[in-house]
Amino acid sequence: MDKNFLQSSLKDSLFTGLIALALFGPIVGLRTVAVNEALVVQPKWLVVALIVAFCAVGRFFINIYTFKKDQRRGEPSSFGKAISNFLDTKGSQIALGAVIFSIIFPFLPFADRYWMDIAIMMMTYIMLGWGLNIVIGLAGLLDLGYVAFYAVGAYSYALFAIHFGWSFWICLPLAGLFAGMFGILLGFPVLRLRGDYLAIVTLAFGEMIRILLLNWYELTKGPDGLTGIPRPSFFGLPFKRYPDEGVETFHTFFGLEYSPMQRIIFLYYLILILALITNFFTIKIRRLPVGRAWEALREDEIACKSLGVNPRNTKLTAFAVGAMFGGFAGSFFATRQAFISPESFTFIESAIIVAIVVLGGMGSQTGVVLSTIFLIGLIEVFRDFESYRMVAFGGAMVLIMVFRPKGILAKRKPTITMVKEK
Amino acid sequence: MLNISKVETFYGNIQALRGVDVKVNDGEIVALIGSNGAGKSTLLMTISGVNKAATGEIVFDKKDISNLPPHDIVNLGISQVPEGRRIFSRLTVEDNLRLGASVNQKGKNFDQDAKEVYDLFPVLKDRLLQRGGTLSGGEQQMLAIGRAMMARPRMLLLDEPSLGIAPKLVNQIFASIKNINKEKGVTVFLVEQNAKKALELADRGYVLVNGNINLEGSGKDLLNNPDVQAAYLEGGKK
Repeated sequence: MDKNFLQSSLKDSLFTGLIALALFGPIVGLRTVAVNEALVVQPKWLVVALIVAFCAVGRFFINIYTFKKDQRRGEPSSFGKAISNFLDTKGSQIALGAVIFSIIFPFLPFADRYWMDIAIMMMTYIMLGWGLNIVIGLAGLLDLGYVAFYAVGAYSYALFAIHFGWSFWICLPLAGLFAGMFGILLGFPVLRLRGDYLAIVTLAFGEMIRILLLNWYELTKGPDGLTGIPRPSFFGLPFKRYPDEGVETFHTFFGLEYSPMQRIIFLYYLILILALITNFFTIKIRRLPVGRAWEALREDEIACKSLGVNPRNTKLTAFAVGAMFGGFAGSFFATRQAFISPESFTFIESAIIVAIVVLGGMGSQTGVVLSTIFLIGLIEVFRDFESYRMVAFGGAMVLIMVFRPKGILAKRKPTITMVKEK
Repeated sequence: MLNISKVETFYGNIQALRGVDVKVNDGEIVALIGSNGAGKSTLLMTISGVNKAATGEIVFDKKDISNLPPHDIVNLGISQVPEGRRIFSRLTVEDNLRLGASVNQKGKNFDQDAKEVYDLFPVLKDRLLQRGGTLSGGEQQMLAIGRAMMARPRMLLLDEPSLGIAPKLVNQIFASIKNINKEKGVTVFLVEQNAKKALELADRGYVLVNGNINLEGSGKDLLNNPDVQAAYLEGGKK
């Protein structure tokens, strides 16, 4: 390590410290406290000093260990390369192992109610991530309003189920259809937009849906939300301890002792199957003309046009298909919670789903799983330290972007693998 | 086969083509030469429908195509090899070829059409599973031409196929263009900076200056024209 390098790193971290001081000095350092009915400024310089020192030292280490080493910026580190290689060579075995693990998961000894709830939540986010991956990862359309389709799916499921009394298996495809139609609705005005402009409009679209749900009181009950959404039944057999007269339930039919866990386990398998369908669909469609056209559109729109790929239809199908899976996830969310309100569909949800896709490495299906486990798991671990959750969340994103600038799994397998002809 | 008359194209307020008349007959190779910014690429983009002509007519096989969207124009039999190759660099060579076949009966005849492309450019066959971006410039150009051929065009629009390619490969690519024209009977409309090579290959040529057709004639005549030599062939230096 030569002297110049050390010097510039030191200078850089001092500068970072100054910025941290300017930011945190007023925000954290000066605190007003009410003493005897008067506001008194109470300085907390020690905390500020600690934060500033942390930022400066942290920046110094980032400088030394990642930015200015003998490698081009953006190149994955050797550790990252090792992970990618491992996943490339053993990818299918790992995926199979992960699927088997998720199938036997509910019967593992430690899988109590708490773990099952976390697992269901993670599965929901994985499914949303895979759905959004179609739009962002394959078609390259940055959609910041994905939660809108999640909401449309949830609300259409709830309204159909409450008002018409239709079963889960009828409402689920309907909810997907509705969400897909909203996807096309969003798609039309943004056909000509790309990049930042597209992102802004989709963000606004997400907010519009939320505000619509909040204000259309006659249909959505506004901020009160919809209650009493029917729970799904096991092909007509409800999960109830005391069923209505003459109704056979899941536990009596199979001759089991009633346990509330049965419903949880059923929900878990439901979302697992839905998520796996999403994944399977994405893997398959990448080899079909429409999926290939999505990826081509992400690479180069003009080349697509000159080859006779219709960009309008291609974009609309990407939006519609991505939205459809969001809608499926939404109806699952509605039936699991039995209560939905616009509160559940705020921008932060969209942001988390986008973060899952981007941090996972855009277009990588396994990456979505890894980053979901990482991000959602982190949020859960910090549940007891409520106020630090967002700090940890933000910190995790910064760390991933510093060490793996293109996402956890930056490298993606080619779409087609074939045995070489002789 | 292709009849362009009085075509004007704008980028916003800037006029790129000022009433261009070009005619390409069935089975010909026609070259369009001109300096940077003369509007050569704009003309090709206007033919393929990526840019729209503000006024004028583009008639292909007695059908006015000036208002058709690009995918319909490809369907009619005009394929474009865009400037700078524009291959899909993160997709495999095979995916690139399959995308070229997206119009032609949705790729039903992929194997047969692909075989013809491999005959033209054998190197592509060895690179099928490689990502497009890992090919050399010349190979990428071959892929771009092969990709366009997958749509079974009757007319091929080539935009600067020699751009940024090693001289040895340029010869090979020009030989393939000749082959595509003579063996497969595809009409070729070629835009080139490399005026000498283009005019040697072409049956006829046009010179585009500031959005106007300045000169036209057979390839040989243009090669020997002193004005063309001075402006585009560095003939003045000799």
